[in-house]
Amino acid sequence: MESEKNNARPEVARHLLWGAVLFIAVGSSLYFAFSAVHYRWNWQGAWAYRQEFLRGLGMTLLASLAAMVLSMLFGVLFMLGRRARLVPVRLFCAGVVEVVRGTPLLVQLLVGYYVVANLFGLDRLIVGIVVLAVFEGAYLSEIFRGAVESIGASQRESARAVGFSPMQTYQHVIFPQALRRALPGTTGQLVSLIKDSSLLSVIGVEEVVQKVRSMNSAAYTSLEGYLPLAIAYLLVTLPLSWWARRLEGRFAYET
Amino acid sequence: MRLEARDVTKRFANHAALDGATFSTAGDAGVVALLGPSGGGKSTLLRVLGCLLVPDAGEVLIDGETLPHDEAGALLARRRNGFVFQGYNLFPHLSALENVALPLRCVHSMAADAAEARGVELLARLGLEGQEKKRPAEMSGGQQQRAAIARALAPRPRLLLLDEPTSALDPVMTAEVLDVVRELAEGGQQIVLATHEVSFARRVADWVIFMAAGRVEESRPAKEFFEAPGSTLAQQYLEGLSRYR
Ligand SMILES: Nc1ncnc2c1ncn2[C@@H]1O[C@H](COP(=O)(O)OP(=O)(O)O)[C@@H](O)[C@H]1O
Ligand SMILES: [Mg+2]
Repeated sequence: MESEKNNARPEVARHLLWGAVLFIAVGSSLYFAFSAVHYRWNWQGAWAYRQEFLRGLGMTLLASLAAMVLSMLFGVLFMLGRRARLVPVRLFCAGVVEVVRGTPLLVQLLVGYYVVANLFGLDRLIVGIVVLAVFEGAYLSEIFRGAVESIGASQRESARAVGFSPMQTYQHVIFPQALRRALPGTTGQLVSLIKDSSLLSVIGVEEVVQKVRSMNSAAYTSLEGYLPLAIAYLLVTLPLSWWARRLEGRFAYET
Repeated sequence: MRLEARDVTKRFANHAALDGATFSTAGDAGVVALLGPSGGGKSTLLRVLGCLLVPDAGEVLIDGETLPHDEAGALLARRRNGFVFQGYNLFPHLSALENVALPLRCVHSMAADAAEARGVELLARLGLEGQEKKRPAEMSGGQQQRAAIARALAPRPRLLLLDEPTSALDPVMTAEVLDVVRELAEGGQQIVLATHEVSFARRVADWVIFMAAGRVEESRPAKEFFEAPGSTLAQQYLEGLSRYR
């Protein structure tokens, strides 16, 4: 424990150094590639839309964050449903997960918007967030299920033997151990969620990709919008991955 | 205690792990040893006695009380027993102390400080002083089994059920754990022990149940059993095990 803490600082410094080297390498190769094809930059045009860009980014973050929280909830619910003792519950949840994973998010968003939102008079943002959360939740439920099922029969039997009820077994034995095993997959899925949120534009949610598109058509730019877009996504997703790896380290009790 | 089984049957798929097991011990049996070849049904019988498994047919009585067949009743009955299996008993994400204290708090509604004090006391009694904060992976196999015994003993169980608690251990660690079991037996703890450690069983057991192929071949006072096993199966079993010790 102690030595880990002492090593943390040089570790971070080394990561930052490698990050800088990588950044310079990628940046200069992009630069040379663009000068080779004589790409004509129009950064002034893009700069004028910076506020719109930030507003779009804010919307993306808001929608993603809300969908993340909800998707974890759906993930746990679907996972529990697929392990339920009642056969109809099990079949229903398995069916939902298969349909959601087997159809494009685009179609789900459009159906959600034109049918459900119109039917109940719901806000497009709310519908978008819920559809996105169900979509990612279906994938998360499979990740959670794998993790929960990997907790062996001997642990379950020990939990029964000390007198835990089924609820207590989940709470004290299965979830804490499954959490660690589910972390890597969950992080990947949450990164996907952030990127998938760009599809919310098809139902008119003004998230950052949508903003960049309208900027491009108004200011005759293209990469001047998309490159900052890619960087903005990285600025959000990289810390998420980094944080998840730290958590994994904290839960590494098995070795 | 008096253990009784009447025609107990438990099937897995179409294989009968217990096939009409019937026996009755003396009323004052303190340590009951379950002996017999592997696959004979010892673990299954132990799980039935401890209400971890409900038999398909037949009934089991402890001191004249029939064990419940419904899950809610079985849960309550389980809480009065302590269990130790062959290995992987402990929860790997919890320290030794927390392994003992958590069930005391959550299952037996003990206050946090009382549970902790009880955990520290028991771990020390089993020779694990100073190991309280260690996770199972940081302890030896023998220490893990002793911590598991501490956890099983913590709520002062009526019955301590041990399923080959030393068969995954080397001889030194085996002796460590068996010493603990013997002390418990001498202290009056009621124990049912499935084991292949015949010479140990001979020293501590009052009663022997010899099982093979899901049936009880013999159920007799330990002294009689070891002096003159009644069935040829038991004779062969004892001879086979004592050949090299
Ligand atoms: N959970 C189970 N599923 C399927 N078969 C089992 C299960 N538990 C035990 N058995 C079978 O039941 C028989 C008796 O097993 P067991 O009670 O473990 O015997 P012992 O402890 O004497 O070695 C064995 O043939 C074993 O394969
Ligand atoms: Mg066994």
